[in-house]
Formats: sequence, structure tokens, C-alpha cells
Amino acid sequence: MNLNELLPLAVIASSLVPALLIFTLPEESVRLRTALNLFAAITKIILVGALLIGVRGGEDYAFRHTVLPGMDLVFKVDALALLFVSLSAVLWLFTTLYAIGYLEHAPNRSRFFGFFSLCVTATMGIAMAGNLFTFFIFYELLTLATFPLVVHRGTPQAMRGGTIYLAYTLVGGALLLAGIVWLHHLAGHTEFVQGGLGNALHGINPTILQAVFLLLIAGVGVKAAIVPLHGWLPQAMVAPAPVSALLHAVAVVKAGAFGVVRIVYEIYGIEFVQTLGVLLPLAVIAAITILWGSLRALFQDDLKKRLAYSTISQVSYIVLGVALFGPLGTIGGLVHLVHQGIMKITLFFCAGNFAETLGIHKVSEMDGAGRRMPLTTLAFSIGALGMMGAPLTAGAVSKAWLSDGAAAAGMDWAIWVLTASSLLNAAYFLPILYRAWFRPAPDSWPHEEIAARGWRETAWLLLLPPLFTATATIGVGIFADAAFSPLAWAQLIARREYVSLGQ
Amino acid sequence: MNLILDPLAWLILLPLLWATLAFVATDRYGPRLAIAGLVGQLLCAAMLAQDVASHGSIGHLAGGWAEPLGIRLFADGLSAVMLLLTQGVALALVLYARSYFSQATPPAFWTLTGFLIAGMNALFLSGDLFNLYVTLELVGLAAVGLVAAGGGAAQIAAALRYLLATLVGSGAYLFGVALIYGSYGTVSASLLGQLINAEAPIAVWLAAGLMLTGLLLKTALFPFHFWLPPAHGGAPAPVSALLSALVVKASFYLFLRLWLGPFAALTEAQPWLAQLPAALGASAILWGSWQAIRADRLKVLIAYSTVAQIGYLFLIFPLFGTGALALQAGILQVTAHGLAKAAMFIAAGTLIKVSGSERVLGVAGAAVHLPVTLFAFALAGVSLMGLPPSGGFLAKWLLIDAALDQGHEWIAGIAIAGGLLAGIYVFRVLRLAFRVTIADDEAAPLRPAAVLEWTALALAAASILLGLFAMPLINLLAGVTR
Repeated sequence: MNLNELLPLAVIASSLVPALLIFTLPEESVRLRTALNLFAAITKIILVGALLIGVRGGEDYAFRHTVLPGMDLVFKVDALALLFVSLSAVLWLFTTLYAIGYLEHAPNRSRFFGFFSLCVTATMGIAMAGNLFTFFIFYELLTLATFPLVVHRGTPQAMRGGTIYLAYTLVGGALLLAGIVWLHHLAGHTEFVQGGLGNALHGINPTILQAVFLLLIAGVGVKAAIVPLHGWLPQAMVAPAPVSALLHAVAVVKAGAFGVVRIVYEIYGIEFVQTLGVLLPLAVIAAITILWGSLRALFQDDLKKRLAYSTISQVSYIVLGVALFGPLGTIGGLVHLVHQGIMKITLFFCAGNFAETLGIHKVSEMDGAGRRMPLTTLAFSIGALGMMGAPLTAGAVSKAWLSDGAAAAGMDWAIWVLTASSLLNAAYFLPILYRAWFRPAPDSWPHEEIAARGWRETAWLLLLPPLFTATATIGVGIFADAAFSPLAWAQLIARREYVSLGQ
Repeated sequence: MNLILDPLAWLILLPLLWATLAFVATDRYGPRLAIAGLVGQLLCAAMLAQDVASHGSIGHLAGGWAEPLGIRLFADGLSAVMLLLTQGVALALVLYARSYFSQATPPAFWTLTGFLIAGMNALFLSGDLFNLYVTLELVGLAAVGLVAAGGGAAQIAAALRYLLATLVGSGAYLFGVALIYGSYGTVSASLLGQLINAEAPIAVWLAAGLMLTGLLLKTALFPFHFWLPPAHGGAPAPVSALLSALVVKASFYLFLRLWLGPFAALTEAQPWLAQLPAALGASAILWGSWQAIRADRLKVLIAYSTVAQIGYLFLIFPLFGTGALALQAGILQVTAHGLAKAAMFIAAGTLIKVSGSERVLGVAGAAVHLPVTLFAFALAGVSLMGLPPSGGFLAKWLLIDAALDQGHEWIAGIAIAGGLLAGIYVFRVLRLAFRVTIADDEAAPLRPAAVLEWTALALAAASILLGLFAMPLINLLAGVTR
């Protein structure tokens, strides 16, 4: 087995092995667990770094293992896979740091970190899957590994959130399975190919292909929280903040959006999807989701719920970008996959800080929080401004490319959707910022747990991750043209997808 | 072949030997004998599988006597898979039982287990219909004995019900065999295939109907499942595991053999017949799952899950077209369910032992107190739900693929719906386990012996790993003649 086969396996192993080890650790061995977690996260980042350099240079990394006759477990590291892999690997490190701080003194940490690593493993598998069969294996593994995290607190609300999460995702998984086996039966295989399966799909009744497309998109649409399949996401916000970060930025909704990308570009092929006439409906559904999520966010007083509806809206930017026929929209959608992750994780980290430090759970309790916790509030503000698409942030880059994509595709209505969404984003984020910065603080906070010491407004490990990701939000906006920026990488992917189309 | 080195003969003789020795030995030595014997049997089964993989099917007359005096032993890939599964699962279960029964072993537990395994091994290796009857009877009576060994009034009642079912089942089978012998003057499965193909008088149709129905009764296919939930739900955990994981599979194996072998001419002449087992299978999935969702007691829930999972086995019958998909799907399901269900029953046994409550609600808080056992339960559940990666998933995939291949879309639909229903009853247990119980920190219940937890985990992990390494099993099945 050579290095190019081994590296994808190593990326999987770098979180799978620690997950299994952590399960066996006794609750008290905090140091060992922390060391193991950080070692694993850093190892993964190094591995991903090596892959980034290799893939940019045109190297192929693939691993293949036959499970059943004609059905292989395939890990393939292409540019698209790496976009998701590097996002998750980097955010995993920050989330791990944050979770160590967040869960200090909480019970059942071995279980928590074990399943957390397992989730990241599943995400890596989803990103590197070389066919739908492999994709499905890890997609369902992600469902199973997130459930214990969602119900981690064991309270009745957590149980309810977990049950609703399962109901949606298991049904989604069943639809996806039906679609995949059907496609496998029709086309003979489900390998991801740049430009789509092409000839294997020609000559098949278009109505059947539309039905299969519907099943597949509905299957991944549950995790991507596309309306009307989004109901689980606001319920799942009962989970601890690091889990919300995982659901909203690192793994779950991203896995769904990523699935849409793979299915549209590398199973059906963007041109074929266009001729099937399902691209426009997809764009319309994405647009509805964008507006619906933003509208609902306006009316949520619970901070995390507001963020959850915001996620529903923002993730469909990715779907919209995919559904805009043309490379500009593709780039906009793909880059938003990364940008939304960085911005949303910042917001959830900050929401967790407000809750853990001051007991603030509601928007109406945010008055004056900026004076008490200026750094957290600053990070929150950067994330929120990014979501609105303010200049010099990650969000501005995404929205610019998406608008250009919509214009190039001749879908001017999509530009209006994006504009309306930006206005709605401002409408539900600005009041929070106003309250935090400009309203006077109340006499006492709802439940102050961590006292301020000097300028250190909360625990180190809670403060540093959001500051890093907030910096990154600005960084990827300002340095969008740098060599390894998400934008440059999205352009690389689009170039490769559309070159293969031309051939 | 030399009898001394013959794995086929030893697979039958060894369990008979240790069963007999265990009868005269004290309780102290029973488990040791069983474990040593099963290790030997597992080696024999592995050798046999190796042999079959390289030479195709093997068969010969034990003792060197010609038929009808000699007993014809026969093994192909299908038998090899069944034998491996039986020895592997049984070994884990006796390890578990040894610790589970550390206080008091039910009377004759080791002896009955030995006879049960000997009967099953003989069943997998026999090639004539009358010997098969003898093995069926041996398996059935040993199984009834094990259920009754629980000792309580409910167990005795369940055992009597089970006894009735198994006697009626084997009686019907024997009647069929007699009719066949009367028609053709032979009971050799290999000879009968051609004879029935040439001419099938009405008596043979009747015989086939009786034999297959008798086997359905023993396999507890809906609506013949009435005896299973009390028997499997009421027996001690290692016995439940043995019955649910292996024993019902033995009569299914025979049903499949007859269907594809001697009676192939009949079933091919009337293709609509294949819809019958499939329709019953679909009903079993829906009814069994529904009852599992409603069950109040944990082991009854698992027993109804067996009723549902048996249903999958019978969905394959309309799908034997040109390809090998249906057979692969069926045998993968047998294997995956065997491993997963054994794991689930013994995990439940440990949960019940520790919590002291037989109810599903007794699981509350187990995620904290019994993480290893709960993890085993969950992994087994993954396979039962048919979620990847697991043997159950591959079986479901192949089943759906075969259904689409043969144009029976409704079977694909049932398979997918059944997975979701299984999701409901499995997560009904799992989510309870995560519920925080009030007296959480103080007085954590006693930790059970490690072997109770790890045997369950090993079986469950095997059902998961089967989902990644199924090729050896598929290759074994490649040579099975249909």
C-alpha cells in the first residue's frame, strides 16, 4: 500500500482511533484525554496540510476496498473533498479547545469527546467519499454519532430535541438509501466523477431520473435543513454549545450541503441536471429556505434559536450557488460552505460564552453585555456583520460571487432574494448588537457563573476560539486572493469541474 | 476420508461428547467442557470453510458405509457459513453463560446446549430428508428443555407452547417425508431434485406443503410466531440469545434448502407460490416491529424484533432470478441478525441483571452505569436497523437491489420501512438510556463481570465489521448450487 492510498486512511484514523481510545478512558483522566484530543486534532491538520499541497499539484489520493461484488468503499481526496476536510479539521481543533473549557467539571466527558471525535471521523468520510455508497455509510454514521451529543445533558428537553433530530435524519437517510440503490441499479455504479456519470445516465427515462434526484436531494436536504425538512435544527439547539458548533458549522448541515454539491456536479453533472429541468426548482426551494429562515429568525427571542434559523437561511446560500448554472455561482456556493462555517461557529461560541459566563440565553437579556464581555461581543459582532455581508468580511465575498453568479445565469430574481436576505440578516442581528453595545447593563446578570478577572472576561479556553474564528472571518475576507484562501480553492474546484465539462 | 481428521464428523461428535460429559460432571466442569469443545468446533468449522472455499462442496458417507446404511454428510458454502456462525456465536454465549449463571446454573443447561448445537450442526451437514427430521427433532426438544430450564411458571407455560409448536411443525414435516418416500422410494435430497423435476404427483405437492409449512411454524414466521415472544422473552438471557440468533435460523436454512433444492421444480412451475413467504415476511416485519414498539418488557421487545427480522429472510423468495443477489441478501441477513441478536439479548440480560427490572424503563441511566453493555446494545441495534456500516445494512442493500432487479419494488419499500420501524424500537431503548436518573451520583449499581459486557460487545462489533468485510462470506456462497 503506497502513501497515496495511506493518507486518506490516516485522515480517517486520526480521529477514529482517538475516539475509540477516549471511550475507554476513565472520567478522571482529564489530562490524558485533553492531550489525546489535541494531538489528534493537530495531527489531522498536518495531514490535511500535506494533502492540500499534493492536490494543488495535481496528485491523486485514493483508497479502495471491496465490500460487496461491484461495490467498493472508496476514499478519494480531490479538491472538493479537501475544501470540506480542511474546514472541518481546522474547526475541530477550535471546537475541541472550546469544549474542553466549556465542559470543565461536567459529567460524562469521555463519552462526549469520544462521540465528538466519531462525528469528525464521519465528516471526513463524507468529504472524502468517492461514491454514493461510501457517502451514505458515513452520512448515517454521522447521524448515529451526533445523537448521543444532542441528548448529552439527559434532560427532557434534550430528549425531545434528540428524538426530533432522529425522526428527521433517519427518514432522510431512508430516502437517501432508496435513491442511491435505485441509482446504483439504473446506472450500475455510483462513483463520483467530475462532470457527472454522463453516458451511464443517458437512455434512462427522465421521469425516473427526476424521481431519483428528488429522493437524493430530500435525503441530504434533511441535514442541510432545506425547508420544509428543517424542523429538527431549531429543536436541536438544546444541545451544549460545542455541539451546536458541530451541528451548524463543522459537520451536520455542511454534510447535507456538501451532498447536494456532489450529487449535482459529480453524479448527475450540472449540464444534465439543467436538461432534466430540476435545477430551477432546486434554486427556488433554496431561495424559499433563505427567506423563510431569515423571517423566522426575526421572531426568536432565544439567542441560539435565532442563530439556528439563521443557519437554515445561510446554508441554502450554498444550495442556491450550486443551483445557479455557471462557474460564478458554483464558486459563490462553495466558498460559502467554508465562510458560513467560520462565521457561524464564531456566533455559537459567543452565544455559549454569554450563557456560560452570565447566564444570558435570550436576546432580550443582552442589554449591556458588550461592556461586561467586550471581546466576546466584538467577536459576535464580527460574525454577525459577516452574516450580513458587510465589507471586508467573509460574508461579503460569498455574497458578491453569488450575486455575480445569479446575474451571469440570468436569474435576476435570485439577486433580489440575496438582497432581501441581507436586509433581514441586518434586521435580526443589528438589534442584538445594539442591545449589547449601547443599552445599559442590568443590575445583575441572569446567572453569573464566571467572574471577570481584569480584562479576562471569561475562561481562557472559551475566549480564544471565538477570537480566532472572528479574526479568520475578516482574514478570509481581506486575503480572499491569497494562494490557499477558501476563495482560491473554490475557484480551483470550479475550474476543474467546468474543464471536465468542456471535454 | 479418514474419520479421525474429518471436520464434518467432529462437528457433530464433539458437541455430543461434551454434552454427555457435562451431564456426568459437576457444574464446575460443565462450562469448561463446553468452552473447550466449542473452540475445537470453531476450528473444525474454519477448516471446513477453507476446504469448501478451495474445493467447492464436499460430501461423503460417514463411516464408509454406502447409502442407505451410511449417513451421508454434505457441506457446501452455505453450510460452512451456517456452521461458522453457529460455533462462533455459541462460543461467545457459553462464555457469557458461565458468568451469568455463576450463582446457580439451570438444571442440565450445558448438556442441553451441547445437544442443541450437535443437532444444528448435523442439520447443516445432512443431505437426506429423514436424517434432517431427526436433527430437527433434536434441536426442537433441546430448545424446549432450555426454555423450561428457566423454572418459573411463565417459563414452563412458554415451554409447553413452544413444545406444541415444535412437535406440530416436525410432525407435519415427518408426514411430508413419509409421503415423499412413498412416492419415490428415496429421501436423498440430491436424488429427489431430478425425480420431482421429471414427475410430481399430487402427493408430492401435499408433502412439500406440509414440510414447508411445518418449517415455517418452527421458524416462527408470521402468523406462526405466537410461540416465540413468550419463549424467547421468558428464557434466561443466554438461552434467549441462542434461540433467537441460531435456532430459528436452522429451520429457515432447511426451508431455503428445500425450496432451492428438491422442491425447485415445484416452485418454478408455479412462480406465484414465491409470493406467499414474501407476503408473510412483509406482514412479519410490520407486525413484529409494531409489537416491539409497544412492548413493555425489554426482552419481549427484542423477541418481537426477532419476529420482524425473520420476515426479511422470507422476502428473498420471489427474487431468486438469474443473479445471486437474493441468496447473498438472505444469508447476510441470517449472519448479521445472528450476531446482532445474540449481542442484544445478552446485553439486555446484563442490563436487567444490574437494574433488577425487566421493563424497558429499567434501562434509564444505563449510558452512565453500563456504557460498554449499552454500546454493545446500540451497535447491535445499528445492524438490526440496517444502518451502515453493518452486516444488516449490506443485507438490506442487496435485498433492495435484488427487488429492483426483479421488478418487485414493493419489497424494496417494505425493507426500507422495516428499517425505520426498527429505528423506533431501538431508539426507544437507547434514548431512555441517556435519561438522567435522579440517584445518579450516589450508589452507582454494581459493575457486572467484565466477561458479561465484553462478549456482548464482541458479538455486536462482529455484526458491524461484517458490513465492511463481507467478501469472504460472499465468496463462500459463490459455489452454492441452486
